[in-house]
Amino acid sequence: MLIRTACVVVAIAFSATAVIAQSDPISQRKELMKSVGGQARVGAQFAKGEVPFDLAKAQAIFATYASVAGKMPSLFPDDSKTGGETTAAPKIWEDMNGFKAGFAKFEAEAKAAQASVKDLDSFKTAFGAMGKNCGACHETYRIKK
Amino acid sequence: MLRKLFVLAVIAGVVGLALFWFLTIPVTVPASALAAHQPNLENGKTMFYAGGCASCHATPGQDDRTRLGGGLGLKSPFGTFYVPNVSSDPKDGIGAWTEAQFVTAMLKGTSPDGQHYFPAFPYTSYRLIGTSDLRDLFAYMKTLPAVQGKVRDHDVPFPFNVRRSLGGWKLLFLGSETFRPDASKTAQWNRGAYLVNGPGHCAECHSPRNILGGIQSGKRFAGGPNPEGEGWVPNITQARLKDWSDKDIAYLLESGSTPDGDSVGGSMTPVIRNTSQLSPEDRMAMAVYLKSLAPVEGPPRPQKK
Repeated sequence: MLIRTACVVVAIAFSATAVIAQSDPISQRKELMKSVGGQARVGAQFAKGEVPFDLAKAQAIFATYASVAGKMPSLFPDDSKTGGETTAAPKIWEDMNGFKAGFAKFEAEAKAAQASVKDLDSFKTAFGAMGKNCGACHETYRIKK
Repeated sequence: MLRKLFVLAVIAGVVGLALFWFLTIPVTVPASALAAHQPNLENGKTMFYAGGCASCHATPGQDDRTRLGGGLGLKSPFGTFYVPNVSSDPKDGIGAWTEAQFVTAMLKGTSPDGQHYFPAFPYTSYRLIGTSDLRDLFAYMKTLPAVQGKVRDHDVPFPFNVRRSLGGWKLLFLGSETFRPDASKTAQWNRGAYLVNGPGHCAECHSPRNILGGIQSGKRFAGGPNPEGEGWVPNITQARLKDWSDKDIAYLLESGSTPDGDSVGGSMTPVIRNTSQLSPEDRMAMAVYLKSLAPVEGPPRPQKK
């Protein structure tokens, strides 16, 4: 009986943590950024010629980019400026409109790239341009510690 | 007895001041030191992008990297420096400078009116650039648009605003040896060493600094706190980049992407805007040189909270 109660308590505790993790915007945006990084890694391997080009995977890269860009802007509420090892710069909250505009541009260009990519050459061009968008926002809105 | 001591002290003071004055005279390169030269604008452009001039000197808030009106504020522990206009404008920029004045600024950190520049202008690295490359760079910069407008004065409090004392700083931290290729290494490695240490001035941000603002010797390229403010500049010796191939480093300089799919940000974003304009050969040369740096542990990175 005691063991069963203990198990239930532990189980509840676990699911509660999971729920908290899911509703915590800092960890959510980190997970999303990691998924972008994972895709960018695949793209870089194509661009560097380390892995043979695969059109479906290339389109999936841009699809992930677009989907993440759609979700990110709502994950920066006022109470998520610090904590959780965030690298978000205070500039985000000082210039929320500019910050959101960056994601809107990123999403639109990712969708366009997904539709237009057809071979390695067109992929390299589109992927390079998307990479510049990554850098442009990280220049202003991220502080690596 | 007391009077004798006083006289001695005065003499010592005068001698000391004279010595200080003598040792801190801003150094210049005379026009007579420059032989005839046919400028190569294409090479000048390469030097412009390798040198990252636009990162600091491009007018902020617009995308044209060749409009060098200056005005960006560079924060530092010594105050805020406002980057000057180096466009071809004859009044507000460097359009009326002579070649010798330009070479002097880049190699000796001395302005045309004979003052020491603050080392926020990285002449500690630029001094390794060859004179011929500098003259090509000057010729190229003169082809760029003239931008009007003088930039405001630096906001640097006493005692750091005493320019003469920078002569002392130069004695401590401004080397005098020119770039010498290492004959035991390949031409590619030497090209990389030149680009990284000279025009590229990578060590200026990627090295920890001492209390006087000089690079800590022995810790070159080992990273440290961002001199411009918040954040951390990574170690780029093999202590941190041992899992990176030379191709990975070259690709970063081209695209801004790290091997794990992250993108560089902060002050490195404008650096990539420049290095992406270099030839693949030059980027690879820089990568080969960086890959050869012995592992050096830098200051401990602050614990993440």
